[in-house]
Parts: sequence; C-alpha cells; structure tokens
Amino acid sequence: MMDWRKIFGGDKKSNTASTAKDRLMVVVAHQRGYGSAAPYLPKLREEILAVVRKYVQVPDTAVQVQVQNKDGLEVIEMDITLPEEQRINSL
Amino acid sequence: MAKIIVVTSGKGGVGKTTTSASFATGLALRGHKTVVIDFDVGLRNLDLILGCERRVVFDFVNVIHGEAKLQQALIKDKTVENLYILAASQTRDKDALTQEGVERVLNDLKQDFEYIICDSPAGIERGAHLAMYFADEALVVTNPEVSSVRDSDRVLGLLASKTQKVEQGRGRLKEHLVLTRYNPNRVVKNEMMSVTDIEDILAIPLLGVIPESPAVLTSSNSGSPVISDKNSDAGVAYDDLVARFLGEERPHRFLNPEKKGLFAWLLGS
Repeated sequence: MMDWRKIFGGDKKSNTASTAKDRLMVVVAHQRGYGSAAPYLPKLREEILAVVRKYVQVPDTAVQVQVQNKDGLEVIEMDITLPEEQRINSL
Repeated sequence: MAKIIVVTSGKGGVGKTTTSASFATGLALRGHKTVVIDFDVGLRNLDLILGCERRVVFDFVNVIHGEAKLQQALIKDKTVENLYILAASQTRDKDALTQEGVERVLNDLKQDFEYIICDSPAGIERGAHLAMYFADEALVVTNPEVSSVRDSDRVLGLLASKTQKVEQGRGRLKEHLVLTRYNPNRVVKNEMMSVTDIEDILAIPLLGVIPESPAVLTSSNSGSPVISDKNSDAGVAYDDLVARFLGEERPHRFLNPEKKGLFAWLLGS
C-alpha cells in the first residue's frame, strides 16, 4: 500500500514511541515476575520444582512462576511442563 | 499527624531534586510547615537548588552522629515562611547514614512538621533505601524515556516490599507519578511516549506532568525553586501538582502542543 508520508520522506523514524512502549511492557513484565515485587518468587519456584521432582524427572525450566496483574489483583500463575515420555508412565 | 513523602526515581538526572524543592516550597506556600531533607550524602545539591548553600553549617549526618542538634542543622528558608531544609553532608560517604539514626531524626521532625519530604539519591542503594524506608507516600519522578520508566518500575517494586510500612503490615505506600521533561510536540510526532503510555506501563495514579522547560535551568542558576517562577509553564505545573496533592481538582495542562499563530508559524519558531 502506498503511504503518502513515505513519498515525502517524512515518516522514516515513525512511531518510535510505540516501539518504546512495547519494549518496556516486556521488560517490566519480566521485572515484576522475578523482581522485588514478589521477592519470594524464585524460592517458591525452587521449592515447587523440588516437590515435582519427587514424582517426575523434569528439567530446571519445567516450572514457570509469574505474578500477573489482573483487574487490579495480583495473581500467581504457574506452569509445570512435563516431558513427553514421562507423562504416561509416572501419572 | 506528620506525613513522610519520599521523592524517588531510580534513575539519576530526571528531576528528583527539582521536584523535591518545588514540592516542598509549594506545600510551605500553602501554609503547611514543611521540611525537605537531602539524602544524597556525598553529592548534596538540594541546598543549591533552594539557594541556601552558603548557610549550611551542620548537616543531616552531623545530627545523626550527635555532632549537632537538629535545631542547629535545620536551615530556615529566607523567602518562604514554613519551609526548612536539612542538607546532606558533602564530605562523608553514603554509609554515614544509619537506619536507627534516620529513624530518630525523622521522629524528632514529626513533632514539629506537617510534611517531611525526603529527596532520594539516584540508584537503589543505602541512601535511596533509607530515603524511602520510613515513608508514607512516594512521588515517583519519571521522564518519558525507556531507561527512566524501567528504573521507576523497579523502584515501585522496592516501595512495595522494602519499606517499614509494608514490612510491618500497615498497608501500602500511596504512590504518585510525576512525569517530568514532557514535550507534547514530540508526543504528537510519535517521537515520545505519551502520558497515557507511561500510565499504562507503571499503573500508578498521575499527580502531575511537568513540561520540558527552560525555566528549570534558569531557576536553578539563581537558586530559586522553579515553582516560584509563576510565569513559567513548569512553575505553574508544579503549583497544580501541589494543589492536587492537597486534594484540589485541577485539570492537567501542557499535555498538548501550543497552538501557534500564523505569524509564529511563518517565522518557524
């Protein structure tokens, strides 16, 4: 599609503000998940990982814990991924 | 009941001291007895911004270490009734501040003052930690720029966990966003994040937007807080901010580019 602004060469660096916002959203989400907002989070993740490992052999990355803001409430979201081959045998 | 308010940001050079000076002056001008404390030990500057650098004899660290009485170290502002300044030490290092010492001085100040403003140093180390630790409310100063916003978010995390109020389970600090060096002309060109963008990211209530203004530099040149320059956009914006803090309804100004007359437009100014 033809953009008239491009023809006049006025729009080369357009929307760097939106780029900044998008980048910050990612950085900030990460910071809140593992940062000081919930300082117990890394430890919580370690302990859950240890409990899971009593029953299933999983890699370090199998447990993901994140704090999310939903409608003004802080919610802890947790994902435990089981390896393909272990799924049937162990459960 | 005295209120302790920390002015903080994480990143340096975004306008903490400028904001502390104008905020404290604004509260005092409205009749509230206010003291503003410089927590930036080793790099004091609040005294310069408020024009009392030649009157500093004793400082915050002297009081903490019992080398001077609080009354000796408090500097009464020459022009604004109700405003007092407690300077930081220029010669000591940041470890000169102790938690017990800071708490003792703040408790003493609470007997006499309505508002205690803590001007935090940049960073998240000891000085910054102690500046926020005893606070009831926080002004988080942010520029519309990625590193400043990220650092502000980090500081918000600390305010929510590393403060006495939170540690003792007495609730959360009240947080206020102060957006400084805002340039509406660049916002409309999509070169700068807008107020809404930054509110979306940081998710705390907006207290005030201070436009990028030549008056901030000229005021600091002469050692007078920019709020005292009532003809400047930044001065007016700080006055609005203080009024809002005290519960007045004031619409936000300077969010949109000024409409230029045809003549100014033709001159390209």
